[in-house]
Amino acid sequence: MSTGTPLLELEGVSKRFGPVQALDRVDFAVHAGEVVGLVGDNGAGKSTMVKTIAGIHAADEGTIRFDGEQVSISKPQDATTLGIATVYQDLALCDNLDVVANLFLGSEEVSPGLGTFSRQLDEASMEHQTAELLSNLAVTIPSLRSEVGTLSGGQRQQVAVARSLLGEPKVVLLDEPTAALGVAQTAQVLNLIRRLRERELGVVVISHNLVDVFEVADRIFVLRLGRPAGDFSAEATTEEHVVSAITGIGSEGDKQNGVEQELRAENAESGEGER
Amino acid sequence: MSDAAAGTVETEESIPRPKETWRRLIQGDLASLRVVIGLALIWAIFQFENDRFLSAQNLTNLMLQIAATGLISVGVVYVLLLGEIDLSVGAVSGLAAAVMAVLNVQHGWNPYLAIAAAVAVGMAIGVLQGSLFSRFVVPSFVVTLAGLLAWQGALLQVLGSTGSINITDPKITGLANTFYSDTVGWVIAAVVVAGYGAVLFLGHRRRVAAGLDRESLTGMVVRFGLVATVTIVATTIFNSDRGTPLAVLILLGFVVGMEFVVKRTGFGRHVFAVGGNAEAARRAGIRVNGIRIAVFGIAGTMAAIGGIMAASRLLAVNQNSGGNELLLLAIAGPVIAGTSLFGGRGSVWTALMGALVIGSISNGMDLLALSSAVKFMVTGGVLLLAVLVDAVARNQRSASGRV
Repeated sequence: MSTGTPLLELEGVSKRFGPVQALDRVDFAVHAGEVVGLVGDNGAGKSTMVKTIAGIHAADEGTIRFDGEQVSISKPQDATTLGIATVYQDLALCDNLDVVANLFLGSEEVSPGLGTFSRQLDEASMEHQTAELLSNLAVTIPSLRSEVGTLSGGQRQQVAVARSLLGEPKVVLLDEPTAALGVAQTAQVLNLIRRLRERELGVVVISHNLVDVFEVADRIFVLRLGRPAGDFSAEATTEEHVVSAITGIGSEGDKQNGVEQELRAENAESGEGER
Repeated sequence: MSDAAAGTVETEESIPRPKETWRRLIQGDLASLRVVIGLALIWAIFQFENDRFLSAQNLTNLMLQIAATGLISVGVVYVLLLGEIDLSVGAVSGLAAAVMAVLNVQHGWNPYLAIAAAVAVGMAIGVLQGSLFSRFVVPSFVVTLAGLLAWQGALLQVLGSTGSINITDPKITGLANTFYSDTVGWVIAAVVVAGYGAVLFLGHRRRVAAGLDRESLTGMVVRFGLVATVTIVATTIFNSDRGTPLAVLILLGFVVGMEFVVKRTGFGRHVFAVGGNAEAARRAGIRVNGIRIAVFGIAGTMAAIGGIMAASRLLAVNQNSGGNELLLLAIAGPVIAGTSLFGGRGSVWTALMGALVIGSISNGMDLLALSSAVKFMVTGGVLLLAVLVDAVARNQRSASGRV
């Protein structure tokens, strides 16, 4: 899996917020056609790391390489230009617009015209491309013209992911894509993630749900208190190992079991919550 | 519906099942049908009470009465689509009309220049209010409430000690008092019908070329038939009275034009996006504050145009111009006709339909010689009913959104 130049590589990346060391010399890499699960307890730095890659927070120290070349990502636009797309937990979809409109939001296609107020949207072309993209991804939506607000949580998540693909990114960051989804919908989203891997994209999935991570990820990267705490091959490791890396407690003893149970309880909770 | 294959495009008007139609009627997708039924009911009641209500003369009067309010409502629709409100449109319409009257009558300006100056004043006020609202994140309610007071004061200031200016310039009074001859009326009707047919046909051809023939031919024929019928009936009615009024053409022109902007252009799409989820719009790279300022600018501009129309009809501007219930009716109209107060849902057609509903109630009760007291209470009741229907539709949508 991890052969050749990584698509995206972090080396010694640190980020402080006042007295809080959110990221502490993190090394991280994701290759083309690889799904990396990014796990860690609350406050471990997962979101900070994703936001650093996405250009929302600039890193204080360290280097970021994209396709082997050193780059600086200081604003969201930089990340987008490089080909890094981020799908946030709160989706950022407009419920009152249909699937096509949401997919092309902010980058609508227009026919030539005299000015802003006379250039007509090229609905036909946008709908055509939407249909093609969604069918390539095997995403099932009742109608491309249905309002996103009427879709199920899983469908909305799939629309959000599909939307991130319009800019032809090379790396996709997914923040809790299966949080609050039912079993069938989770399966749909995980399938979609596999299809992103088939498209040779580098995929980073943040998740609290270890079951989902083990299901879809090739590699599992653990953060603990802003430090890398483990980098496992999903096939060669067990949930127990990952949990002990997350909690920082050795795999022996009653204590660890207690924490593990607690964590499992949390997983179950986040899986059942409302959308 | 959920078993349709990936990427298939379903016809929106494909074989409407009764239950589906009923759901859409309630949830506001068919709000336009709802308001048409309501309007038909209102007309039937007034016609039953007084058979002069549906006479050619009264219907022409009705259209002239709603022109100014309808024009103001066009701008209000844009503001409502953002989920905001503009309480200053009435005062702005009065001030703009006063500016026009003062420049034309007292300073002898060319009427077109005076009109342009008035429109510019409206636009500038709208842009100013929009900037204050978006830059300082003050609720639009408060900014425009302050505007309501300030511009009313400005109206008194501009009018000066006389308090009233009569307008005699035929170019300005002609706006609300020009009627076209039968022949011209029919030519206009033919152009409208042919134009609509061409738009339908070209749109259909583009969809076919893109391999997306999602609209049934029957649906298109029905829509064309409806528009043609309404145009012919309206022209017949106008012609049996004084002829097609210019004011109606101006109102229709703005409604169609602004509906095109909001439904067919990128700008309009962004207005809907900001009204639906401003944060999502911002993340998608839309300049949210720019959209807000532009929308308030449009509201100010349309208010000025409405004010000019009102002054032209009244043949004067006075201290009451843009006052009284004009503001409330201009906002109530689109809401009654289905534009949501919560933002992100509606169309410019609701400006016309809402003005028709309110205008019909007011006109009908005048014919029945009912007092203002009754008029206000009935109009208030209709508005409340419409808002309740909007709220119910919204709740139903969010309930069914979790399927």
